[in-house]
Amino acid sequence: MNLNNLKKYGLFMLFIVFVLLSFIFNYNVGEGIYDNFLQFTLTMVKFLPAVFILIGLFDTWVDREVIERHLGNQSNHLAFIWAILLSGTTVGGLYVAFPVAHSLLKKGASLRIIFTYIGAAAICRIPMTLFEASYVGIKFTLIRLLTSIPLIIISSILLEKYLKGRGYQIIDELTS
Amino acid sequence: MIYLLTFLLTIVLFIKDKEKTIAGVRIGIKKLIKNLSVFLNMIILVSISLYFVSDQMIVKFLGQSSGFIGLILAMLLGSISLMPGFIAFPLAGILLAKGVSYTVIGGFTTTLMMVGVLTYPIEKEFFGIRVTIIRNFISLVVALLVSLLVGIFYGEIII
Repeated sequence: MNLNNLKKYGLFMLFIVFVLLSFIFNYNVGEGIYDNFLQFTLTMVKFLPAVFILIGLFDTWVDREVIERHLGNQSNHLAFIWAILLSGTTVGGLYVAFPVAHSLLKKGASLRIIFTYIGAAAICRIPMTLFEASYVGIKFTLIRLLTSIPLIIISSILLEKYLKGRGYQIIDELTS
Repeated sequence: MIYLLTFLLTIVLFIKDKEKTIAGVRIGIKKLIKNLSVFLNMIILVSISLYFVSDQMIVKFLGQSSGFIGLILAMLLGSISLMPGFIAFPLAGILLAKGVSYTVIGGFTTTLMMVGVLTYPIEKEFFGIRVTIIRNFISLVVALLVSLLVGIFYGEIII
């Protein structure tokens, strides 16, 4: 294990030590945190590997030209609708939307579409919206969606303008 | 469910083009391994925060809060916590039954979904520190606007 890996997994190793010590000394806080850790890890295992395989398949199967045409800089307003529809299918949370958005961006989607996708993935995920409607009310859900979607689109366009003016480049080392 | 879908898709694609599909699966696994530590770190942060910012604590804090202070508190709690929808919305239902305003609930749920202090390590890995900070800040402003609009629609905020 090289130094870089040590740095990457440093927190994890520290955490393992903390949990072990907690169990040895019956430290309740540590045990409770470990329970949460186990539960959340299981939740992630339920979909995260599949999501990454889908991202990989997307990488080799979908032509750059298709993404550029529909979601790229020259795309029309329909692109926002595609982004929002795509975001509706997001499972998990924002942490799943980031890698997906990153590979879309690498395939030539424009920044405004990427930020719309991320924003919509946060608020329009279908399973989550159903939960919201049943616990807080359909009226609330509708108001929230109808007010936030336009705000997300507007802010995404503004953010793209700002970043383009500053020559923003995405991080590439992840996929190298 | 998603595994079944992924599996079926992989089979179909494999029949269509063996090499492309194997390469794709390989890229996926490689990316997963590469990002494993970032996800682990997030899980650790979430499990710590979930322990200290529990359901009961949120109900206690937001249960009797109202007005602008309540909204700010709700947005703060929403930003620093991360919980799945099946926990968050029943919680919102409890708050509603306790008489918490729709404005405050809107602030809590919207920041919960859009602003991620705990997902910061992942987001910065993919989009860089600057974009992450700006996006989260914008999301905070959007959440504020959304909850004010929710309040106006429900007649809780009179303009």
